[in-house]
Amino acid sequence: MDKLYAMKAWELKSLLERREVSAAEVLDSVLDRIVEVEGKVRSYITVTEEEARKAAAAADAARARGEDAGAAAGVPMAVKDVLCTRGVRTTCGSRMLENYLPVYDATVVGRLRAEGLTMVGKANMDEFAMGSSTENSAFFPTRNPWDLGRVPGGSSGGSAAAVAAGEAVWALGSDTGGSIRQPASFCGLVGLKPTYGLVSRYGLVAFASSLDQVGPIARDVRDCALLLSLLAGHDPLDSTSLPGEVPDYLAALGGGVRGLKVGVPRELVQEGLTAGVRESLENALRLLEEMGAEVSEASLPNLDYALSAYYIIAPAEASSNLARFDGVRYGLRVEGAADMLEMYGRTRAAGFGPEVKRRIMLGTYALSAGYYEAYYGQAQKVRTLIIMDFEEAFRRFDVLVSPTSPTPAFGLGEKVEDPLSMYLSDVCTIPVNLAGIPAVSIPCGLDEGLPVGLQIMGKVLDEANLLRVAHALEEALEFRAEPDPARGVGR
Amino acid sequence: MSAYEAVIGLEIHAELKTSSKMFCACDASFGGEPNSRTCPVCLGLPGVLPVLNRQAVVLATRLALALNCEIAPHSIFHRKNYFYPDMPKNFQISQYDLPLGVGGHLEVEADGESFRVGITRVHLEEDTGKTVHVSESGRIHGSEYSLEDFNRAGVPLLEIVTEPDIRTPEQARAFMQELKSIMEHLEVSDCRMEEGSLRCDANISLRPAGSTKLGVKTEVKNMNSFRALQRALAYEIERQEGVLESGGEVNQETRHWDADANVTTPLRTKEYAYDYRYFPEPDLVPLELDREFIASVEATLPELPAQRRRRLREDYGLPAHDAVILTSSKAMGDFYEAAVAAGADPKAASNWMMGELSAYLNAKGMEIEEVPVSPAQLAGMIKLVEKGTISGKIAKSVFEEMLESGRSAEEIVAERGLTQISDEGELDAVVGEVIKENASVVEDFRKGKEKAVSFLVGQVMRKTQGRANPQLVNDLLLRKLRGGD
Ligand SMILES: [Zn+2]
Repeated sequence: MDKLYAMKAWELKSLLERREVSAAEVLDSVLDRIVEVEGKVRSYITVTEEEARKAAAAADAARARGEDAGAAAGVPMAVKDVLCTRGVRTTCGSRMLENYLPVYDATVVGRLRAEGLTMVGKANMDEFAMGSSTENSAFFPTRNPWDLGRVPGGSSGGSAAAVAAGEAVWALGSDTGGSIRQPASFCGLVGLKPTYGLVSRYGLVAFASSLDQVGPIARDVRDCALLLSLLAGHDPLDSTSLPGEVPDYLAALGGGVRGLKVGVPRELVQEGLTAGVRESLENALRLLEEMGAEVSEASLPNLDYALSAYYIIAPAEASSNLARFDGVRYGLRVEGAADMLEMYGRTRAAGFGPEVKRRIMLGTYALSAGYYEAYYGQAQKVRTLIIMDFEEAFRRFDVLVSPTSPTPAFGLGEKVEDPLSMYLSDVCTIPVNLAGIPAVSIPCGLDEGLPVGLQIMGKVLDEANLLRVAHALEEALEFRAEPDPARGVGR
Repeated sequence: MSAYEAVIGLEIHAELKTSSKMFCACDASFGGEPNSRTCPVCLGLPGVLPVLNRQAVVLATRLALALNCEIAPHSIFHRKNYFYPDMPKNFQISQYDLPLGVGGHLEVEADGESFRVGITRVHLEEDTGKTVHVSESGRIHGSEYSLEDFNRAGVPLLEIVTEPDIRTPEQARAFMQELKSIMEHLEVSDCRMEEGSLRCDANISLRPAGSTKLGVKTEVKNMNSFRALQRALAYEIERQEGVLESGGEVNQETRHWDADANVTTPLRTKEYAYDYRYFPEPDLVPLELDREFIASVEATLPELPAQRRRRLREDYGLPAHDAVILTSSKAMGDFYEAAVAAGADPKAASNWMMGELSAYLNAKGMEIEEVPVSPAQLAGMIKLVEKGTISGKIAKSVFEEMLESGRSAEEIVAERGLTQISDEGELDAVVGEVIKENASVVEDFRKGKEKAVSFLVGQVMRKTQGRANPQLVNDLLLRKLRGGD
């Protein structure tokens, strides 16, 4: 038998359900692995060993009584530290919330608890999910298990690194401009950004409310489908949550891609791709054709403006969402100020890191009287045009594919001093958030030993179809490489 | 007549009478231990999201319809961003360029004249919490620290903005009284100014009488009663007049009404120079109100004060003035109609309510709901007067006792033996006595001084402690004096 920590969630589930292993054994395997590699990878801000042991014991007890322990029971999970967990420190990667204990569970956390959630820790992230490398964490950077000199991507870098390194079997991330897909791509994993409104945002500490979505990061498409089915569904506490029945995502797997119309947006495969990324993409497209899909070029003409629009809309919403961190009610308060305004100023100066401050200032400026129309108003118009571009493309194509990122994982410190080049690493993922459509990233090859991700984009609420295509391609690609963080290099 | 005309517009905030808050399930009623009526949503904890209270939408629509507004089939919420410790999120969810109701108007009567005030907009927003500055003065300046109570944070508020159609402080007060009465009739707000559930700010400017150009306006805040509104506006007119007369210019500024000093003082303008950075609230979906919804709200609109006034005039033959007073609050009108329904003569009931009852309420500073006398008891007393059981004069003292004790007129009259004496035999002796004791007055009468008889009636009333039937006494006296016996 494989090492338990390295197995897929669906494999572990079937072992657990047949009682061939216990949840305690699975958890021990993962906790041992954390002891082994966490010092090098640093996926977690908080490891919740005690809570995990209780959950595993409860799962074992339920199964011993012959009861259904729940669909997530005994399968260790990492939860991005941007999701509120009752009584468990939730920092958002920020000094501002370094000691913050939420009084309630995010809806997704609550749903997973009802399914026996075994949470091993709260995963590191870029502060308030702003970043693409996890280097913007106020505490420490997380390293890529494939190459400890490289970033795991971001902002859900801790979640992805934990799953890739065997420190969790699957994970929750959040995606505002690529924060699930890009780290999944950098870490050789499957990550899915659901349709806006499919998964509740209640209890997800907001970065940009109109773009944020919670989603799964997993080792294969089946695990991703399984976890998505536990997250999706209407939540009366989230007004933007969509009504309607959630389809059976697992049942959609195995359908094949014969006759599938696949578009490749030319705007996403122009310059900036590394040779390895281009090769992996072409290989994946060839496999799709071999399986009977029709692949041709697509166009999303307004995509050139997507990055600019995103870097107005997201900071604008963030500037307002982060206003509540003022030292009055919770979180950091810098004492010794002479008056209230000084207390606000000193608290926010000490509590927020440079990238968060940069975006608050950008957003505040974009919403200011006299600039609103030129910036925010214009960005919303571009967003509408991008939505229309996708609608037009989906009249011709069932799915669109592109690289998830133009490059594989870059080196630690490589882009920290150059925010613009950092922003450009999300150029393929950002349009998806602006349009509110779903997209999944699957590993599709290696570029000089580092994993490359393929992004498959679908129509609104077409997750089942996306997962079917992703699954077919996953089987054809036979991506089997695994990292070895204990040695610090990929193998 | 002043050389200037005042131009006044009002901005009113009313807390809606919903059972829960605007965006969460917390109790929205007034009171409670500080911060006992809060939850993660109204405390603005990280990760929370708002869910719109449908009851607030129904109540807002009800008022907007009563103010003859057009109801927007599509309206949205914005975030109004500014930092203040009583605002948990440091932004307020409010409606901005697409409010729920626009383009309404209200007809108001003041001093027997009717005038129309345009309603620019009616929109929904959330209330803030309350800051208590801990210092001797209770003001922020010099306070050591401040305490926050978020029980009111997130309570639904209606903002009503009028056109600058008001010309006098009296009209402003009459408008507010009418609006309050409408909100009470609609049961959309408690309208308690002292609890802050009804608040009013005013924009006011002066211009030469007859001019159509607007002058520079000031905004007056902190008027906590109708009286304060009227006095603050009167003061501000006088102040601006003084500035203009002396050749000066009115500063565009916000001024604070100081009810103790009877003056308005400027607020530091810097504090209010906010850029609110409004943008559409991404956590809420647009508010879509279809025709069926609007029609269903319209169908449940109760009778409004103006309709009630007309009905009181037509059905009961009341003068216009009576109808205005009796509809000044819903409770007043309800009391009146209940008394009439219990058999009181409509005009007599109106007289009692506008006279003795109102005087009593004013003197005690009470609301009509707090009076121990029921409408049926008032009707009972009026019937005793009608039947001649008690005189009008006795009735006044009986009513006073009813107001104090809450007992019925019948009980009081029986206990105190106040029944009117209408028995000729019983009165005959007293009349005889009075004639005997007042020989000179009797002489005056006989010489032709007819008025002397009323003095004699008064003497009989005195001897009977007011219980004698005055008409009967009058008749008896005349008969005796003319008959010579
Ligand atoms: Zn609440």
